Amino acid sequence: MERIIDQSLDVLRDKLLLLGGATEKAVHNSMRSLVERDSELARKVTDEDKFINKMEVEIDRMSIEILALQQPAAYDLRFVISVAKITPVLERIADHAANIAEAAIVLNNEPEVRNYVDFPRMAEIAGEMLRSALDAFTSEDADLSREIIKRDKEIDQIYDKVFSELIEMMIDNPESTTGAAHLLFVAKHIERIGDYVKDICELNVYLTEAAFIKHKRSLKQIKKG
Amino acid sequence: MASKISVSNLDFFYGNFQALHSIDIEIPEREVMAFIGPSGCGKSTFLRTFNRMNDTIPIARVDGEIMIDGKDINSSKTDVVALRRKVGMVFQKSNPFPKSIYENVAYGIRINRLHKDKSDMDVRVEKALRDSALWNEVKDRLNTSAFGLSGGQQQRLCIARALAVQPEVVLMDEPASALDPIATQKIEELVVELKKEYTIVIVTHNMQQAARVSDKTAFFMLGKLVEMNPTDKMFTNPDEKLTEDYITGRFG
Repeated sequence: MERIIDQSLDVLRDKLLLLGGATEKAVHNSMRSLVERDSELARKVTDEDKFINKMEVEIDRMSIEILALQQPAAYDLRFVISVAKITPVLERIADHAANIAEAAIVLNNEPEVRNYVDFPRMAEIAGEMLRSALDAFTSEDADLSREIIKRDKEIDQIYDKVFSELIEMMIDNPESTTGAAHLLFVAKHIERIGDYVKDICELNVYLTEAAFIKHKRSLKQIKKG
Repeated sequence: MASKISVSNLDFFYGNFQALHSIDIEIPEREVMAFIGPSGCGKSTFLRTFNRMNDTIPIARVDGEIMIDGKDINSSKTDVVALRRKVGMVFQKSNPFPKSIYENVAYGIRINRLHKDKSDMDVRVEKALRDSALWNEVKDRLNTSAFGLSGGQQQRLCIARALAVQPEVVLMDEPASALDPIATQKIEELVVELKKEYTIVIVTHNMQQAARVSDKTAFFMLGKLVEMNPTDKMFTNPDEKLTEDYITGRFG
């Protein structure tokens, strides 16, 4: 017999995956709007951010309702907590995507600063990580989640490279400063998205194994004193 | 934490029916241990072995060992009256004597001759009523009938009566299941308060209650101890699939 809570948990899962899908799309389109200099697409991304915010509130409300009315325990509890914690992370990722889109609108009105060779690669990795993190959530795959976390280093490496290149560009070519400064922010946004995907993966591990892997190293140091 | 009650390899039978199967458990001193499980799983039977309440059932038989403070309570040398003084009990349905509030509490003190004189008796009655969080509600009507109290107050009176003879362990069998939420909350607060002085074992069908009041939880099914763990672990990440299924309501 299906439990009353199962229905609510299914709806909650569906809502989270919808939010995840919308967030993935926002990240993908924001980068496309930049690389392909498509301001219309960029505006679409910023417009759709409102729906993402709305979904966040809906999931928040539903999670609280399930906690209050159904008092979940064990796996059910971990599931609701994970969803409630993954939701604002997705919303923030979407905010970064909207910020990238806003930067694209500004940059698209300026002469092209440079070929964005490394940006698409960086964004591609972030996008892949996000997609895999949502897959790992659905399939409750803690091992996959741990693998995804490791990939964040790739993004960080590209970020460091892009950062120095843009600084050099500003020095060598002062008229490119405005554009390069916007691109610095874009790089930072992508770098942050990678960090947020890590958070999602840590919550996936909590859901599946009830283990807290977040801040493990720094917590150990505190323990050692 | 030292074990107050130590059970090893306990079997229990009602005639030919085996109600408990080789139970091993350590119950630490001054903690609250909750027993949960579906009806008929043996949790109340198990609770009643700690003060040999099952002795009153002629066909009951117990094998294995229950040590309280290192002494085997089923040994022929055990003074059962002394055991029940040390291991008090509170039942699901409050059962005050048809006497005044004062006399309900004084009764156990008197028959056990624990008091020196009348004023010592007054002190002991007051302490028991204070410890059961009832004093302020009854201090002006100690000589009125206990039946004039509300259900929740009657239950706390029964707790006072159990505490009056200075037990070390208090067994509670569904102590709040017949009470409204406010009276239930009072009993729960009381349980948490009492563990400073007493070892408490509570049987409850209300899992949220077990989660709120207990330090450790033991889950029983079909006469077997399935799992015993710290309560926070039990309710967030139990070791056994059966426990998970029970506390998440996958079977009733």
